[in-house]
Amino acid sequence: MNAIYGVYAEPASAQRAVEGLRAAGLPETSLLVLSAEPWGEYEFGAYRRHSRMPWLAACGGFLGGVVGFALVAGTQQSWPLRTGGMPIVTLWSAGIITYEMTMLGAILATVLTLFVSSRLWPARQPRLTDPALADGFIVVGASEPPDHLRAEIERRLREAGSEGIKTVPGSAC
Amino acid sequence: MEKTASRINDDLLRPVLETSPRFYLAVVLVGLVAALGFVAWGYQIWNGIGVAGISRPVFWGFYITNFVFWIGISHAGTLISAILRLANAGWRRPVTRCAEAITVFALMIGAMFPLIHLGRPWLAFWLFPYPNERGLWPNFRSPLLWDFFAINTYLLGSFLFLLLPMLPDFALVRDRARGWRQRVYGWLALGWEGTPRQWHRLETAMHIMAVLIIPVAVSVHSIVSFDFAMSPVPMWHSTIFAPYFVAGAIFSGLAALILAMALLRKLLHLEEYLRTEHFSNLGKLLLVMSLLWFYFIFAERLTVWYGNDPAEMAVFRATQSGPYAPLFWVMVFCNFLLPVPLLTIPRLRTIASTVVAALGVVVGMWLERFLIIVPALAHKFLPYSWGTYAPTWVEITITVATFAGMVLLYMLFAKLVPVISVWEWKVGRHPLAEQRAEISPAVAKTVAPEGSA
Repeated sequence: MNAIYGVYAEPASAQRAVEGLRAAGLPETSLLVLSAEPWGEYEFGAYRRHSRMPWLAACGGFLGGVVGFALVAGTQQSWPLRTGGMPIVTLWSAGIITYEMTMLGAILATVLTLFVSSRLWPARQPRLTDPALADGFIVVGASEPPDHLRAEIERRLREAGSEGIKTVPGSAC
Repeated sequence: MEKTASRINDDLLRPVLETSPRFYLAVVLVGLVAALGFVAWGYQIWNGIGVAGISRPVFWGFYITNFVFWIGISHAGTLISAILRLANAGWRRPVTRCAEAITVFALMIGAMFPLIHLGRPWLAFWLFPYPNERGLWPNFRSPLLWDFFAINTYLLGSFLFLLLPMLPDFALVRDRARGWRQRVYGWLALGWEGTPRQWHRLETAMHIMAVLIIPVAVSVHSIVSFDFAMSPVPMWHSTIFAPYFVAGAIFSGLAALILAMALLRKLLHLEEYLRTEHFSNLGKLLLVMSLLWFYFIFAERLTVWYGNDPAEMAVFRATQSGPYAPLFWVMVFCNFLLPVPLLTIPRLRTIASTVVAALGVVVGMWLERFLIIVPALAHKFLPYSWGTYAPTWVEITITVATFAGMVLLYMLFAKLVPVISVWEWKVGRHPLAEQRAEISPAVAKTVAPEGSA
């Protein structure tokens, strides 16, 4: 990845850097913000798009419940065994397994959605890492910056109070 | 900030990145005790289940006691962690991972006991529910089968609940380590970068998982209680059993969590992170659960005594004043008389006394599980079928070994993973950390510059 970025000790500086890059005309898709801790209470760290994760979890739960009930009903009817005067398929006991499978389906759907939507799966190497991240610094910069904006981006990053400007040439990480 | 963040990293990653010879020595010693359990189990497999003390009419002894006990201990983590996360309790940050790890390991150990109890574990697949025409286990109305689904759902859910917030910390270790550690943690981090999108998704997922895992946790111990309550056995066939078991599980789980935290605090020198306030808050929760436990046992005992049913009274007398009375009163002492004064009087509620109370509760709750199972089976409806139970060395060895196994798993976990969530601890230092749930993105933009550190 080709990138130019600055590292910031303070979230306020990172916020100024993000605003400066926007003012310089950098498209949102090129804006790069990385941190080792979430800064959701600041605009630069907040992700404003809604996630469909709750709905997908609900769908996963519904699917899990259907599979659970089908497993119980199908298995018991394939080998009918009457015990304790109960019906072959009874909602009381089938309900418990259906419930557990519903929850399992919702849990798995949540995790799968997280992995896919966060681009953690399939697993890959991170696009950019910087040792300063681990020490609490915030990385703000531009990935694949347009050539005509590079000087302006560097100036804006420096003005915001960057501890240092770094560049990642070509496809290196 | 730089120094503070670095210092937090140094403190919390030190156990992962550095290993002292004492650690290896401790692993060997604890591992030897745990290995003895496998030797005893091997002896039982070779000679048959007859080497255990269980026989007619007491078919459930130490193994099922341990099963119920460890499933109860598992409630420490995920349930407590999920509740504290949803309540946005700031003091949870150093506690959650310690707790979630207990859940996973306790469930793994607890789930072993039905296999040990089987006698012939190679036939365990007979218990597994799969559509078949062989009539191996077609009875989906059995509570034992509900256990299979509940425990496995809880185990998988708890594992994922533990794993997800570890991803940023794996990435942190990846960025600080060198050599093979960098490769291994790089693989474990799954390419985590720390973009706002990833943080948002992770926090959303954790919130949903917390909502989902609480009812699962409650269902698991309810279903374990149904193993007993669905049977027409004196003092088992009771509607109070499910909430009684859930309360007892949270009680014992909290106690285990306090013990684990005290050990980690001492051995990993985490005094600045696991502070008096954390033990005090958990101590208060333990006190509430102690009172609740007493309420449940009083309600159960009073109902039996007032009903005066001969079969139930036989079990009642056996535990109150008969052969099991010493164990019963030790249990009452450990679960109620000891913790209540220690945790009620603020001057007494120190870390040391909280640990003493927790130790008492762990002992008391193990005895409670034993006293639920054995006296009832030994005094069923027909007096001519009454019997006794005494554990053999095989059962005692396996029981002791599982405690060593728990310690071993926990030690290895603390060696491989930062046992306090580094990023969550750092978030706790943010000036606006406690408000983050309430701040909308639109407002945050105006708040941010003023609220900066």
